Amino acid sequence: MASLTPISRKPLSFVLPTTAAFGALLGLFVGTANGSASLGILIGAVIVAAMGAVFILGLKNEQMAKWIAIVGVAALGFFFAGLPGAIIGALSGWFFHWITYWLYEGRYRAKLLPYLSGRQVLWHYTFRVICGSIFVFLITPILVVMPLSFNAEDFFTFTPEMLRFDPEGYSLKHYRDFFTNNEWQRSFKNSLIIAPIATVISVSLGTLAAIGLSQSHVPGRRAIMAILISPMIVPLIISATGMFFFYSDIGNWLEGTLGLPKTFVGYVKVVLAHAVLGIPFVIITVTATLVGFDHSLTRAAANMGANPVTTFFRVQMPLILPGVISGGLFAFITSFDEVVVVLFVGSASQKTLPWQMFTGLREQISPTILAVATILVGISILLLATVEILRRRSERLRGMSPT
Amino acid sequence: MSDATQPDTAKAGPVLAADGTPLKRSLARSLRVQKMRAMALIAPLLIFVLVSFIIPIGSMLFRSVENGMVEQTLPLTVVELQAWDASTGELPDEPLYAAFVADMVIAIDAKRHTRLGTRMNYEKTGMSSLFRKSGRQIKKLDPATDGPFKDQLIEIDKKWGEHETWSVIKTHSVAITNGYFLNAIDMQRTPDGAQAQPEDKRILITLFKRTLIMSMIITCSCIALAYPAAWLLANLPARSANMLMILVLLPFWTSLLVRTSAWKVMLQQQGVINDVLVWLGMVSDASRLVLINNQTGTIIAMTHILLPFMILPMYSVMRTIQPTYLRAAKSMGATNWTAFWRVYFPLSVPGIGAGSILVFILSIGYYITPEIVGGTKGVFISNRIAYHISSSLNWGLAAALGTILLAVVLILYWAYDKIVGIDNVKLG
Repeated sequence: MASLTPISRKPLSFVLPTTAAFGALLGLFVGTANGSASLGILIGAVIVAAMGAVFILGLKNEQMAKWIAIVGVAALGFFFAGLPGAIIGALSGWFFHWITYWLYEGRYRAKLLPYLSGRQVLWHYTFRVICGSIFVFLITPILVVMPLSFNAEDFFTFTPEMLRFDPEGYSLKHYRDFFTNNEWQRSFKNSLIIAPIATVISVSLGTLAAIGLSQSHVPGRRAIMAILISPMIVPLIISATGMFFFYSDIGNWLEGTLGLPKTFVGYVKVVLAHAVLGIPFVIITVTATLVGFDHSLTRAAANMGANPVTTFFRVQMPLILPGVISGGLFAFITSFDEVVVVLFVGSASQKTLPWQMFTGLREQISPTILAVATILVGISILLLATVEILRRRSERLRGMSPT
Repeated sequence: MSDATQPDTAKAGPVLAADGTPLKRSLARSLRVQKMRAMALIAPLLIFVLVSFIIPIGSMLFRSVENGMVEQTLPLTVVELQAWDASTGELPDEPLYAAFVADMVIAIDAKRHTRLGTRMNYEKTGMSSLFRKSGRQIKKLDPATDGPFKDQLIEIDKKWGEHETWSVIKTHSVAITNGYFLNAIDMQRTPDGAQAQPEDKRILITLFKRTLIMSMIITCSCIALAYPAAWLLANLPARSANMLMILVLLPFWTSLLVRTSAWKVMLQQQGVINDVLVWLGMVSDASRLVLINNQTGTIIAMTHILLPFMILPMYSVMRTIQPTYLRAAKSMGATNWTAFWRVYFPLSVPGIGAGSILVFILSIGYYITPEIVGGTKGVFISNRIAYHISSSLNWGLAAALGTILLAVVLILYWAYDKIVGIDNVKLG
C-alpha cells in the first residue's frame, strides 16, 4: 500500500522512553524469573534505551543495527536460559531494533490518515494488538498440540529436553503407536468405513431434496425446511438419546427377525444415524448454490431435446457440483468428528476414532492422542483448502467476482 | 389489460391453450405437476428424516411421561389399590395382599419383578432390594391355597407392613405420570401431590441454573472476543482479511476432540499455561493455578471452541456496513466514540444477536467438552442426561430432562428464525 502520509523523523525524547518501556516489560519477566523484578525492569529499560541511542546517534546503519540487536540480545538470553532463551532473545532483539526504527523514522504513521491525532494512532495500534491476541488465542491450542505429539516421554507436557531442543527429547513413537496399535487402527478403519457411506447417503438424498426445495411452488416449504434442518438444531445429546432407544429396537428387529449378523447391523445403525446428522449441512450448502442457478438453462436444454435426466447430469449437476462437494465435506467432517451419537448407538465393534480419543482422554492418558490430533489437523487443513477452492470456483462459474 | 380488450374476451369465452383446453385449467394442471415433481424429489429425504430422527425424538419425549410398568406387572394389585384410601393411614386389607401375591408369582416367573423394583427405587430407595429379596420368598407361595397373605408378607419383610411402601406403589401406578418431570425439577410425586425433594437430593435445579449461567458467560465472552476480531476482518483489505480468516476457519474445521485435548494439554497443572506462568515467575511453582476440572476450564475451552460461530455471523453483518457512515458521522462533529456507539454499533447488533443465539443454543447442549475438562463442578445438564442413560438407567428421568432442554432450545431456535431466518444460515 502506498503511504498515505508523508513521514518524518521523531525526536529521541519520544523514541527512547517508549522503547525503554518495552525493554522494561521484558526485563520484568526475566527479572522475576531470576529473583528481582524491580532490578529486571531497570536493567531492561536501560539496555534497550541505550541500544536505541547508540543505533540512532552512533551507528546510523539500519542493517548492521539489526544484526547487532539480534545477536546481542540472543547472547543475553543464552546466558540466562540456554537455547530457548537464545531464541526468545533473538526474537526480542529483532523486535527492539524494529520498534526503535519504526518509531524513530515515523513509519508508524505511513499507512494512517494524515489528520489522526496522537491518541487515535495509539488506539489504532492498541486495537491491533488486542485483535492479534484474540487470533493468537484462537490458534495457539492447535499449534501447541503439534510439537507435543513428538514428545519422547509419555507426558502431555514439554519436557526439559524438548525445551533445550535436544533431539533426545523428540521421537516419532506416538505416531508409530498409532500406526501399529490394533485399537487405534481398528477405530481409524471404522471411521473410514462409516463416514464415507454416511456422506454418500446424506449427499444423494440431500441434493435431490435441495433441488426439490428450490422449485418455485413447494407446499409447506418452511415446515419442510425446519424438519430437514432440525438434526443440526437439536442438541446432540438429545438426538443421541432418541436414537439410542429407536435404533436398539430396530437393531433387535434386524437381528432377530431377519437374522442379520450383529456387526453388520451395528454398522448400519451408526451409518444411518450419521447420515441424518449430515443432512442439514448438505441442504444448506446446496440450496445456497441453487439460489444463483439460472433456471432458463434447464429450459434451454429441454428446448433442445434433452430429457430431464440428461439435463440434470449434463447441465445442472456440473454447475452446482461445487456446492454439493462442499456440502459433502461438511457431512463427512460431521460424521468423522462425531462422538456422542456413536457412543450411544454403536457398540464396541463400531468404535470410531473420536470415540477412541474420547475414552483416551477420560481414562488412559496417552500422548498417542496428540499424534492423532496432529494428523487430524492436517486433514482439516486439506478439507479447508478444498472448500475454499470450491467456493471460489463456484463464484466464478456463477459469474460473481471472487471475494 | 386495457379496457378495449375486456369485452372481447368475454365474448369469446375462456382463453384456450394450444391444445384446446381452457388456459386456466391447463395452468392449474402444470402447477400441480410442478408441485408433484418437487414433492417427489423431497419425499425420500423427508421420509428418511421423519422416520429416523423426528419419530425417535418424539418417542423419547413420550418416554418422559410413560409409566405403564406398575400396571403391566401388577394388574390385579392396581385395581385393588384404587379402592384403598391411602389418606386414612391404615394398611390395606387382605384382598390387596392376595392380589399382590398373585401378580408377583406371575411376574417372578417372567423375571419382571426386579425391573419393577428398579423402577420403584427411583422414587424410594430400598425398594429394589425389597422386591428382589421378597421375590425369592414369594416364589414359594401358591396364590390359590396358601392364604391369608397379609401376615405372611409382613413376616417376609416388615416393609410390606409399612404404610409408605403401599402409598408409593399407589402413587406411581398411573399409566401417564408427571413424576419424571417433577423429579427433573427437584420435586417428587407423593400421595399428597407434588412436593419438593429433601434438601440433599436437590441437584438438578442447580445443574439447570449452572448450565444457563455458564452458557451466558460463554456467550458473553464470545461476544467480547469476537467483536474486535470481526471488526478487523471486515475492515482490512481483502487479501489480509483472507489470511486472518484462515485463523478463524482452521479451528472451525478442526475436530472437536482435537481442540478439547489441546485445552487439556494447555490447562492442566503441569500444562503449558501453568509452565509459562511459572517460568515467567508470575506464579510460584507451589501454587500453580487450577484451571482444569472446574468451571474455569469449561468456560475457557468452550469459549475457544464456539468463538468461530460468533465471529462468522458478526463478520457477515459487519461487512455490509459502509465505512463512509462512520466518516460522515465524524465529519458532522461526532467523536470517535460517539460515531462508533451511535452509528456503527446499532448497525452491527443483528450480527451480535445471530451469533449469540447460535452460541447459546450450541453451548447449553454441549456434552463432550464439559465431560473432559469440566470435572464435577463444570458439567452441564447434558452430562446428567448421559449419566441417566448409560449408568443409572433411569431413562424416564433422562427423557424428562431432555424434553426440558429441547423446549429451551426450540424457543431459542424460534427466536433465531424470527431474527435471522433459517435460510440465512451460512457455513464457512
